[in-house]
Amino acid sequence: MELNVTNSPFNEQQSELLNRLLPTLNGHQRVWLGGYLAAQSAAAGVQAPAAQTGSAPSPESAAPLAQAAPAKPKEATVLFGSQTGNGSGLAKKLAKRLEELQVKTEVLSMSDFKPANLKKIENLLIVVSTHGEGDPPDNAIAFHEFLYSKRAPKLEQLQYSVLALGDTSYEFFCQTGKDFDSRLAELGASRLADRVDCDVDFDESAGEWMKTVAEALSAAPAAAASAADAAAPLSADPDSEYSRSNPFRAEVLENLNLNGRGSARETRHLELSLEGSGLRYEPGDSLGVYPENHPRLVDEIIAEMNWNPDEIVPTGKNASAALREALHRYYEITVLTKPLLEQAAKLTGSEALTKLVAPESADELRAYVGEHDLLDLIRDYGLQGRTAAEVTGILRKIPARLYSIASSPNATPDEVHLTVRAVRYANRGRDRYGVCSVQMAERLEPGEHLPVFVQHNPNFKLPANPDTPIIMIGPGTGVAPFRSFIAEREETGANGKSWLFYGDQHFSTDFLYQTEWQRWLKDGALTKMDVAFSRDTDQKVYVQHRMLEKSQELYEWIDGGAAVYVCGDEKQMAHDVHATLETIIAQGGGLSPEQASEYLLRMQQEKRYQRDVY
Amino acid sequence: MTQQTEWKKYPPHDRPHSDVEDIKRRSEYLRGSLVETLRDPITGSIPEDDNRLMKHHGSYMQDDRDLRNERAKSKLEPAYQFMLRVRASGGVVTPEQWLMMDRISHKYGNETIRLTTRQSFQLHGVLKWNLKNTIKEVNDALLSTLAACGDVNRNVMCNPNPYQSEIHTEVYAWADKISRHLDPRTRAYHEIWLDEEKIVDSRDNEEQEPIYGPVYLPRKFKIGIAVPPSNDVDVFSQDLGLIAIVDEKGRLAGFNVTVGGGMGMSHGDNKTYPQLGKLIGFVTPEQSIDLAEKIVTIQRDYGDRAVRKHARFKYTIDDRGLDWLVTELHERLGWELQPAREFGFDHNGDRYGWVKGSNGKWHLTLFIQNGRIADFEDYPLMTGLREIAKVHDGDFRLTANQNLIIGNVSSQKKRKVDALIKQYNLTDGAHYSALRRSSMACVALPTCGLAMAESERYLPGLIDKIEPMLEEAGLRGKEIVIRMTGCPNGCARPMLAEIAFIGKGPGKYNMYLGGAHDGSRLNKLYKENIGEEEILSSLQPIVNRYAKERLDGEHFGDFAVRAAYVEAVHDGRRFHA
Repeated sequence: MELNVTNSPFNEQQSELLNRLLPTLNGHQRVWLGGYLAAQSAAAGVQAPAAQTGSAPSPESAAPLAQAAPAKPKEATVLFGSQTGNGSGLAKKLAKRLEELQVKTEVLSMSDFKPANLKKIENLLIVVSTHGEGDPPDNAIAFHEFLYSKRAPKLEQLQYSVLALGDTSYEFFCQTGKDFDSRLAELGASRLADRVDCDVDFDESAGEWMKTVAEALSAAPAAAASAADAAAPLSADPDSEYSRSNPFRAEVLENLNLNGRGSARETRHLELSLEGSGLRYEPGDSLGVYPENHPRLVDEIIAEMNWNPDEIVPTGKNASAALREALHRYYEITVLTKPLLEQAAKLTGSEALTKLVAPESADELRAYVGEHDLLDLIRDYGLQGRTAAEVTGILRKIPARLYSIASSPNATPDEVHLTVRAVRYANRGRDRYGVCSVQMAERLEPGEHLPVFVQHNPNFKLPANPDTPIIMIGPGTGVAPFRSFIAEREETGANGKSWLFYGDQHFSTDFLYQTEWQRWLKDGALTKMDVAFSRDTDQKVYVQHRMLEKSQELYEWIDGGAAVYVCGDEKQMAHDVHATLETIIAQGGGLSPEQASEYLLRMQQEKRYQRDVY
Repeated sequence: MTQQTEWKKYPPHDRPHSDVEDIKRRSEYLRGSLVETLRDPITGSIPEDDNRLMKHHGSYMQDDRDLRNERAKSKLEPAYQFMLRVRASGGVVTPEQWLMMDRISHKYGNETIRLTTRQSFQLHGVLKWNLKNTIKEVNDALLSTLAACGDVNRNVMCNPNPYQSEIHTEVYAWADKISRHLDPRTRAYHEIWLDEEKIVDSRDNEEQEPIYGPVYLPRKFKIGIAVPPSNDVDVFSQDLGLIAIVDEKGRLAGFNVTVGGGMGMSHGDNKTYPQLGKLIGFVTPEQSIDLAEKIVTIQRDYGDRAVRKHARFKYTIDDRGLDWLVTELHERLGWELQPAREFGFDHNGDRYGWVKGSNGKWHLTLFIQNGRIADFEDYPLMTGLREIAKVHDGDFRLTANQNLIIGNVSSQKKRKVDALIKQYNLTDGAHYSALRRSSMACVALPTCGLAMAESERYLPGLIDKIEPMLEEAGLRGKEIVIRMTGCPNGCARPMLAEIAFIGKGPGKYNMYLGGAHDGSRLNKLYKENIGEEEILSSLQPIVNRYAKERLDGEHFGDFAVRAAYVEAVHDGRRFHA
């Protein structure tokens, strides 16, 4: 059939194009196109009318087809902002995919992007994570600030889409992604595809987002093959088959307590074998570990629900397992999230629970989510009587825990070391614990195995120049990556000076890796070390106090080009250390507080101030 | 080399002096780098060189050896801590000073106090960061740690005899004078611990340390004064021993003088041995200070500075002969000692319970097992003594056997003290066997770095097993001096005991027999390197024979010699023979 304006919804130009195209298609191509158009219509939804009037091409329009042979190739800019390597990994993956579709793509960290260029680009794709109380990650701070400032330009020429990374167990889930999404719209830009918010287990939803974006941007419909690898491993080592979605079972070589007798702390030092995995890491990278739930909690839940532990329940798309096994290894049962509570409210119809997840109960919700687990939820809101399939259907997959790697691959080849503090407390008469840390402390013997993957972190790296001095601030388990740094610098014979600030509760029992620091100080691999033990003296002393005591000397190091690294607790420590660095820079450089703040921001952009905080 | 020659005025001239001599010489009168190393925040330890100097300040570094291996595994340095020795000449302190010791032991130490065999206090477990505050509080209470250890004269011991109060008071006063006279004069102690400003010291060597000079003594030096008939201070174990001689009117006439006693030896080195002091004459009380000074300077000038194991005064005398010593001494004194006077000892242990002194005041001797003051399960000893100290208006006296005398209690206060004794269940040890009351052990594990075997933590348990043996033989009330140390340095003076055990290795001891009950004869090796089972099986037949065959009033040590279990040793040079 020859199409024309009367027998079809197409205009003359469209009819002509279709008439030229359709006769060339073979049977397979026709079937594919039919399905493709149907899927696109379903996905794009409300954007359809806008697409018909506006200049922005929508997936539903035939624009991509019209541009099958454009004079000028499409261009896109992918910006990422993330504390760990997830953001940059996803950004690079997207770029690779777009390049395959002939879209000329540039990938940049937000801190490397000049905001003035915003006016010059047409397609912007953002991958950004959220930190702490809804804050942007370090390398996104400046760009975020710029967009919200008066200097932000009108961006009517811009099409964009945001992939937000987050964790539903946090109150301000994906807040930074939401910020970028709404702000760009306010500035007049239009959405190329709707924002997608990802929970910790992001592979699948990120894959979907990429697929949508790629199709929206591509000159030709995305090939079916590309869709298939949407969930393919992210940031995988080129020479390893193992990744987040296919973790390596690493043998435990050593598992010991770093705290001395009488300490209130228990910090495990784990040595794992990566032999044969092909996994590679650099100092500053993290290791993802998939934990197992405590069998006691699993049994308590099963008993409370009166379930059959052998009942087969689904675990993911095409998998299933016995209930006990599923709760032990697959589902998260120790951390509550808002989506879980919302779905539980729907499931039970509980008025109290519905009230708890309502917007006006934010404070109560935060308190409840922060201190309770699935067993509490079951008991408090009457989930008893629900089937195992119903309840597991609303649980999320147990997320991997990320730990800053404490070893140097050059100093200890084929091994990876972790420094993990066991989290234990009691609430409502039951012992509570960190899932992964307590598994390591209580149920992990040398010879056993842990599923792990390497999480690259390009935002926490030793200076490229081995002569650059480094200042490391890492109290508690925050010291882990610095053990890696110093071991690496010793092994590679780097000449740069180094200065470590460390702190914990008690000198006698909590000085993690004490004998190693002492040896490194003696050998010169570590130049200086200052320590703060908060419970040994009448007044609590923390690392920032020691930094202030050495203010002048620290400023001289910084002014002389030293790189500053902070690792550890975000809420208190990283914040106080940041403020202390501002003070030191202001004093040392004779700067105003604002200037000192800018100085630090510049350092951040120059990657001379890097943080791995959690 | 030139700077070394300056100190080559001391012998030996043909061999290099020990490293400690060099450390002392470079230390600028015991300063070393202590100020800096005490401040080093990365380690709870100080370098060995500074630790050598620390001893002169009354402290040395130890670590909890029970934790050594597990801490090493945890990548933690050893649990470094400092032993702090607080001295009071003659072991007499006020109730306020007692309360201070109690307080700082809780605040900075391991919540116990150790009474030592030299009438001093020891605190254990003081962390480096707390040393300064601890020492400051000690000094604020008018006690000191200076020269409690190190190559100087140590705490001057003195019998705290509660029977003859006037004599004791007088003898004690001389002990104190001798002690003060021999105190180091360096200001280092005050600068480092008491914040005294460092002033450029323009005084030359003789002025800074007129008796000791810049390298101090070759080795530690010990002085003790006994008041017969008690030889509680083991006067024959002292480098310089004084034996109080009372005239026919009951007044202090002066002192007999013994020289060259000493306990320490090394396993497997027969050139080292314990030795008994030798009697060389008599001096008047006024002459005693001059005597002590000249004896000390002789040892300073002639002691062996090359080999520390051979540096004690006993070797100086044995190598050169007693005649040489007396000649040299007379030359330095410019006068001659009188012939020794008659005296007699009958025991070297303590007498427990209440006694009334000749001044009308009461004295209560408490049995303190191994000198450890602590709150034990079911025995709140430390709390009880603290409560007594709060109401007590007399003094506390530390005995040479690690026991404690609540001294000079007025008749009015006696009832109150008695009530507290009952309330806290404190004991004079009357319900213990005489063996236990005559027992003494050094600290050893876990804190002492020299210990090869347990001592304080083991002897009470061993006595539990010996007691039934004595009970059966009908010897429960028989005083037998039994002592144990974890190494052969001899802190509990084991070489003078009737039965002694000296640690060789974990759970293994050398067993010695034949010391005299009054401390006038050395014992001798009976069995080498034996464990508990063999200790008990070796003792059993001897105890049984002693029960049956002993002469009237014959002591266990004397019997062991008569029954030929061991030879009598009157001269240390025969100890290994």
